[in-house]
Amino acid sequence: MNAVPSALEKGYVTSTEETALNNQNNRSRRRHILPGFHLTLGFTIFYLSAIVLIPLAALVAKVVTPTFDYPGFSQVIGHVLKVVTDTRAVDSYWLSFGLSFVAALINGVFGFIAAWALIRYEFPGKKILDALVDLPFAMPTSVAGLALTQVFSNNGGYIGQWLYEWFGWQISYTRWGILIALVFIGFPFVVRTLQPVLTDLASDVEEAAACLGSNRWQTFWRVILPSVRPALITGVMLAFGRGVGEYGSIVFISSMIPYSTEITPQLIIIKLEEFDYVGAAGLGVVMLLMSFAIVATVNLVQYFSSTRRSS
Amino acid sequence: MKRATTDPWLARYAFIGILVVFVVIFLLFPVSVVLYEALKGGLGFYFSALTATHSLTAIRLTLLVAVAVVPLNTLFGVCAAWAITHFRFCGKALLISLIEIPLWVSPVIGGLVFALIFGQKGWLGPWLDAHHIQILFAYPGIVLATAFVTFPFVARGLIPLMQAQGSAEEEAALTLGANGWQLFWRVTFPKIKWGILYGMILCNARAMGEFGAVSVVAGSVDDRITMPLQIEQYYLDFSLPDAFALASLLLLLSVVTLVIKIGLEWRHLAPNYVRPH
Repeated sequence: MNAVPSALEKGYVTSTEETALNNQNNRSRRRHILPGFHLTLGFTIFYLSAIVLIPLAALVAKVVTPTFDYPGFSQVIGHVLKVVTDTRAVDSYWLSFGLSFVAALINGVFGFIAAWALIRYEFPGKKILDALVDLPFAMPTSVAGLALTQVFSNNGGYIGQWLYEWFGWQISYTRWGILIALVFIGFPFVVRTLQPVLTDLASDVEEAAACLGSNRWQTFWRVILPSVRPALITGVMLAFGRGVGEYGSIVFISSMIPYSTEITPQLIIIKLEEFDYVGAAGLGVVMLLMSFAIVATVNLVQYFSSTRRSS
Repeated sequence: MKRATTDPWLARYAFIGILVVFVVIFLLFPVSVVLYEALKGGLGFYFSALTATHSLTAIRLTLLVAVAVVPLNTLFGVCAAWAITHFRFCGKALLISLIEIPLWVSPVIGGLVFALIFGQKGWLGPWLDAHHIQILFAYPGIVLATAFVTFPFVARGLIPLMQAQGSAEEEAALTLGANGWQLFWRVTFPKIKWGILYGMILCNARAMGEFGAVSVVAGSVDDRITMPLQIEQYYLDFSLPDAFALASLLLLLSVVTLVIKIGLEWRHLAPNYVRPH
């Protein structure tokens, strides 16, 4: 029934060009073989914009838009800069980022040990331990915070009272408490990122290393560690990123004293309660930039490790 | 038998020992302390703490929030996975990265963005005030903030699952004359139903337990706070038994979630096909 002459019949194109054209047509039609493209993509973009993109844009726009309190552009920027470079804010960055980083490194060491033991060794209760690793992910942060505060409290806590009695250490309501909460939060990220890589690690490489005369320690440092390093870094960065934004559990275990144990998310909430929306938005943008820097690092690590593997 | 890939026994026991100590200190102690403190005063006290007015209103609000958020994010997850896995369009990689944003940013940012829009000095604040519409410090604000933090949970699980399944069966159904709805309900849905359930229970656990985002938008009015916030309120009021009683409910929720999650992974889905982040 196709009465319209094709481009080839009209003599506009050669036959190879027509094949190319047809392929192109087929491809563009192929996109829509299954129904629902416009409906599903439309709803996806609408919902994404409504819940995530427009609200984030509103946050970024807030730090550059003059308001009643700060009528000029330079006044808004000036106020934002004053808030984000204030000693109290800078102290809170050091606390949030510093402790999250230390917690991520601790998780890197213990997460590796845990993943190694779970993949390589057989022992009773292994499956239960493996399942328990996901608990910090499933447990609401407020429950974790409340429970950890109690466990490490020097007033009758399972661990806290002995640490206080024997060494005079106080954990809950100090920076050590925040560190404990951050280690708890980040633990599954390292273990779960390492497990698939350790499973795939071919044992013949280790055997080859042993044949060539290396001892187990040399094999670990020279053969095993280099091949799991990208996954280890990724897991540590994921734990770091999660720790930087953590709020729920720290509210309980920290005393939230300004300049000492006050984390950045807490400062944002204080600014909001003081109705300093511009200042709160400024701190929010700082945290957003830090998060994106962490995401970018993870992607770079994965990019370089995949290009090196393929070459 | 000793093999080249066997670690020295000292390293083996040390590693297992460290793992066990770590899990006991960080995972078992917190769980047992919640149960012990909640049940310390006896079952009667436990139930009276749970049925106190503040606890009941918090439980009710938490359930109402989850009932609104989980279906919305599930619908979104299915739509996004359908569009991303069955069609080719430009900007797909960007779309996938944008969907994951809420996993990266602090939950407090998830609340902050809505406070900046609907708050007294926010973009829409004056207009909402003039029309007496309450969004912040009320149910709609809590739903929005919770939807933000749990946004990618269903989509993230479904996209790799549907990508692995391909669209050959859907195309076959199409040639046999199925229309769009028949195609989805009779062909696609049976293949992805466990993946949807998986995403929904994770989304639900996070929605009910979310603290950071909700604490920004919920304010401190007693009848407008969810269970995690009520726990904090009890804690600040020094009524620890009530706090632990309410916490034990959320702990139960997380244990049930974990059991269902592991059950689904063992029976229907590849293990750990969705990682925490």
